[in-house]
Amino acid sequence: MKIRIEYFAMLREQRGCSNETLETSAPTPRALYDELRDRHNFSLDPASLQVAVNEDFSEWDHALANGDTVVYIPPVAGG
Amino acid sequence: MEPTFKIADSPIEPDTLRKRLASDASGAYASFEGWVRNHNDGKPVSALEYSAYQPLAEKEGARIVQEAKDRFPIKAAACVHRIGALEIGDIAVWVGVSSPHRSAAFDACRYIIDQTKIRVPVWKREHYADGPAEWVNCSQANTS
Repeated sequence: MKIRIEYFAMLREQRGCSNETLETSAPTPRALYDELRDRHNFSLDPASLQVAVNEDFSEWDHALANGDTVVYIPPVAGG
Repeated sequence: MEPTFKIADSPIEPDTLRKRLASDASGAYASFEGWVRNHNDGKPVSALEYSAYQPLAEKEGARIVQEAKDRFPIKAAACVHRIGALEIGDIAVWVGVSSPHRSAAFDACRYIIDQTKIRVPVWKREHYADGPAEWVNCSQANTS
């Protein structure tokens, strides 16, 4: 299936782009992050991230569907 | 109607924003401004930039403002967070609350800024006078 990933903050810097669309068999955001982390050497452990699917917070074991947009959210620092 | 939580890429103007909260039934207005300061964790900060995942930041921020309205007897509330390059002294975030009485205005204002800092997907990259730039809260995060 095709999944779009948008990158922000430290992850955008480490990936070197703001978004990409991938063909993947990863069934969940957790599996997809493992795949991406192996490929791009992301420094952040999933325990320090939150995940969003289609513009809202999601569970790590949520079932991904073709066409979903996934965002991994590094530790926030607003205010 | 103006959204109650906005991500803004231009300077925040509190005088304009506070007027939108006025009502005849409100006897109190409390606000909070977060300013860019010149140091963090003992390091001199020369400049910084904020970025946001805007659709979710505005969605989650609106939820926070709604929660404040549900929890405290207030009339109106709003919050604006800056993104982009900011300089020392610039307003990074503004919260305003109007209510019949002062106590609820203070409490709701505090609730909104505290929750915003914890929950809204906004990131701060600080540039230091004496070292490489850092994503605040990320370098100390779990990187096992």
